[in-house]
Amino acid sequence: MSAVVTPASPPTPAEPAEEKVSAAPRAWLRHPVVRRLWPLAVAAVVLVPLAALLWGSGAWPSALSVDVKTPLDDTYTWIVRNRDTNPVFLYGLLHLSNWADGSVSWVTDLLESLGWSPVIAAAVLLSWRIGGLRDRRGLKLAGITFAAFTVCGLLGMWQATMETLALMAVAVAVSAVIGGALGLGAGLSDRFERVLRPVLDTMQIMPAFAYLLPLVLLFDVGVPSALIATIIYAAPPMARLTALGLRGADQGVMEAAESLGTSPVQRLLTARLPLARKEILLGLNQTIMMALSMVTIASVIGAGGLGEEVFHALSILDVGGALAAGIPIVLLAVWLDRVTAAAGERLGEGAAPSGSSWLHGWRAWLLAVGSGTVLGAVGWQLLVADWPEAWNVDIASPVQSGVDWFTGHLAEGVPVLGGTRTWAGNFTIWVLDPIRSVLTGTPWWLLVLLVAALALLAGGWGAMCTAALAMAGVGVIGVWGHALDTLSQAIAGVAVTLVLGFIIGVAGARVPLLERILRPVLDTLQTLPQFIYLIPVVALFNVGRAPAVAAAVLYALPAVVRITMQGLRQVDPATLEAARSMGASTFQQIRQVQVPLARPALMLALNQGVVLVLAMVIVGGFVGSGALGYDVVYGLQKSQLGVGLTAGVAIVLLGLVLDRTTQRPNKGNGRH
Amino acid sequence: MNRKHLLRAATAATVVLGVTGLSACSAAKTSSSSGSSGGSEAVTIAVPSWVGAEANAAVAKYILENELHTKVKLTQLDESVAFDALNSGKANVILEDWGGAPKKVKLYVDDKKSIISGGGLGVTGHIGWYIPKYLADEHPDITDYKNLNKYASLFKTAESGSKGQLLEGSPSYTTNDDALIKNLKLNLKTVYAGSEAAQITQIKESYKSKKPFISYWWTPQWLNSQLDLVEVKLPEYKKGCDSDPKKVACGYAQTPLQKYLGAGFAKNNPKAAQFLKNFNWTNAQQNEVAAMIADQKMSSDKAAEKWVKANPDVWKAWLPK
Repeated sequence: MSAVVTPASPPTPAEPAEEKVSAAPRAWLRHPVVRRLWPLAVAAVVLVPLAALLWGSGAWPSALSVDVKTPLDDTYTWIVRNRDTNPVFLYGLLHLSNWADGSVSWVTDLLESLGWSPVIAAAVLLSWRIGGLRDRRGLKLAGITFAAFTVCGLLGMWQATMETLALMAVAVAVSAVIGGALGLGAGLSDRFERVLRPVLDTMQIMPAFAYLLPLVLLFDVGVPSALIATIIYAAPPMARLTALGLRGADQGVMEAAESLGTSPVQRLLTARLPLARKEILLGLNQTIMMALSMVTIASVIGAGGLGEEVFHALSILDVGGALAAGIPIVLLAVWLDRVTAAAGERLGEGAAPSGSSWLHGWRAWLLAVGSGTVLGAVGWQLLVADWPEAWNVDIASPVQSGVDWFTGHLAEGVPVLGGTRTWAGNFTIWVLDPIRSVLTGTPWWLLVLLVAALALLAGGWGAMCTAALAMAGVGVIGVWGHALDTLSQAIAGVAVTLVLGFIIGVAGARVPLLERILRPVLDTLQTLPQFIYLIPVVALFNVGRAPAVAAAVLYALPAVVRITMQGLRQVDPATLEAARSMGASTFQQIRQVQVPLARPALMLALNQGVVLVLAMVIVGGFVGSGALGYDVVYGLQKSQLGVGLTAGVAIVLLGLVLDRTTQRPNKGNGRH
Repeated sequence: MNRKHLLRAATAATVVLGVTGLSACSAAKTSSSSGSSGGSEAVTIAVPSWVGAEANAAVAKYILENELHTKVKLTQLDESVAFDALNSGKANVILEDWGGAPKKVKLYVDDKKSIISGGGLGVTGHIGWYIPKYLADEHPDITDYKNLNKYASLFKTAESGSKGQLLEGSPSYTTNDDALIKNLKLNLKTVYAGSEAAQITQIKESYKSKKPFISYWWTPQWLNSQLDLVEVKLPEYKKGCDSDPKKVACGYAQTPLQKYLGAGFAKNNPKAAQFLKNFNWTNAQQNEVAAMIADQKMSSDKAAEKWVKANPDVWKAWLPK
């Protein structure tokens, strides 16, 4: 407890990131820090004069870079010329492609031929069953489902919603199988886990836009590429959480099972997997959320559905229309989230529900499906199969005029404050430009060294090697300049996100009412397709890097706020009460009790901020951020595999650098 | 109980995988006949993300469906990817190509012959640098590139620093502007909006507050009917003056926009193909439909219907004899 009241000791170096890293409350850290950096400093003293002599300027020397673009472009041309005749395509990839096409269109046809009323009836009854037929929760879930589907129809998006739902169903099913299998391997074998972890990291940080083009090349445009892109993005959480669940199995139970003479396979099936059910279900939940966030991106290569509606509305600057297509995505996310969460809670309860046997077990499923079919068929007979157009509600025009008013009044001429366009200009000149010129003006070897030192302080030798190699890798693949530009935007974005996120998070944690108001706002911000922000941010902040940072902050903020709030709330109430009784003011309570105790959660918020801001770099490319975001968009639209993929890899490398320089490795789980 | 579930799931998975595996032993068809592309009767039109192209597709779709009784599917694809889709049969026709993917034209049209030319669209595209009319009225000599340096400071923004900002559009658009600025020694800097939506938003906002701006812009474009834009004179285009992208120092050509058809589709569906080859209209006609979609927020089907009903003499000539 004594460590709590010790204020954080400010470190000596001037770098902002370093301040965060070494701001640990342990004063004794100071000596080891110096000792840790010692070998690196010696190496620097020897190598720096040499490097300065050889390469005086800040830019990465061309002699040290490798041309990766030409071979990539050559590969592209080769594949385009040979894909109709090569056996790899004829006997492998094309089957996969046709299978993907077939299965998704089968589900789409099924949903569409069923008609809207049976689909709604079936969805409502299934949600009710999952929530529990005799439970208030089940009824609530059924109500949510009904509302969600009806609104999708009312917005005139029924068919697009069904197309998206079909793609989601197949993508989530395949992601769950693949992720589950990988997680099973990682949960049982340490070596497999070590190999898998960087692969999963890459799958998540690599912007989907960068691998869309290779996928299009291998699987052609349309559903197959979209499906596989979604699976790549959505499978990792399933794998991670399955592995986590298997590893976390209660040792006592495992030993008991072993003592009963069970075989390893039996132990896995009867003890380990059932014990990990909750984590696996949470993994499924996360997989569904990730898959939904790919909906708009996948429509760039012709996946159709709601994403295409969003894009189409944006191309005629119809923000209202884009929102009408974006809301069903949010609703699908809310629905699926609640259903999987309810299933998870019920798993945890365990005890058999009381009442007639018709209300649980397989009979209840039969009842739900059966009555769903009957009700749906009746509805289909009475009404019509297609959603009646007369029921559509037009929200596009009121939303459009709302957005126009908003941007018109805030962009310019606000008394005293000056308006968002002025802020954007000042932000670019006073924040983004200086960071960028410092980064590009610094000699490359100094930057690599600095990154190494920061990572050494944060995570030790392993982190240092990874971070330094990743930073150098950016130069080797020949995108040093653009990467630094992007890095400057990411640093600014993360800083703004953290400041805002911590302020809102701390306020939300202390004022319960604020938290209740914030929750639906955060839900919406997190699941609404990011592309909807494109036009409003440009109208508010002008084209350039400032709107890109603004969009990134909007996207990353919810996660940071949420994690901060949760971290602060979990602080032991007794400790807080003790501080209060000693006469600590509100500010003192926050600074000296809550924040230090919630440090792990805050570090996680930092990590999520970094990952999410980097994920928005590409969307920034659509509003004038330039640099790597532009390169990836250019690569996709011009079919330049070399440019697009290289920039995508550079974003992954930047993600590694930022992660290793800000994160402490997990302590206390037995691994180094 | 749980074990039974797992075993059942495992059996099901094995069966599915086995069936898939068996079917994988033969060579796959290179173009999918199943699913969304439908039978040989259906036509899939690739629609890029600008409104003019949507107007083409909407009118073609309306006539194909109502006069030739052919099913039509629209699929949203950008220029470069659309050529790959035509090659594989996922899409059948591109109605408006600006010549931004010369490599793909050479590969598919000249070498592999999997795509054939569908002739011109009748619409002539032209790219240039445009400024708002209120600016040209204020400074009459600004419309010549030679005087641009004098006014460069008017176009300064936070993004362009000490130079004037030349607003660019989406990365997928054809542009020589960086070379032009360098070779004509202009005190400008290109700033990419990154997408047409962002570029138009920026132009509209600047226009609303009567700010000076200069932008890469083109005709035909539906926004031209809303805003009064004036083209800045660049050195005159001569054939071949833009052949070396690094040395180019002339303005942009007048580009007759082209149509392309999948070769297989043209063979299997001659009637629809003949109609699409005949499809030919003017800038003004395209803009009329485009403005209905983008400006009056009509659905593209309604806009096409309105135009088709009003102009029977134009499209009757396109029908195959």
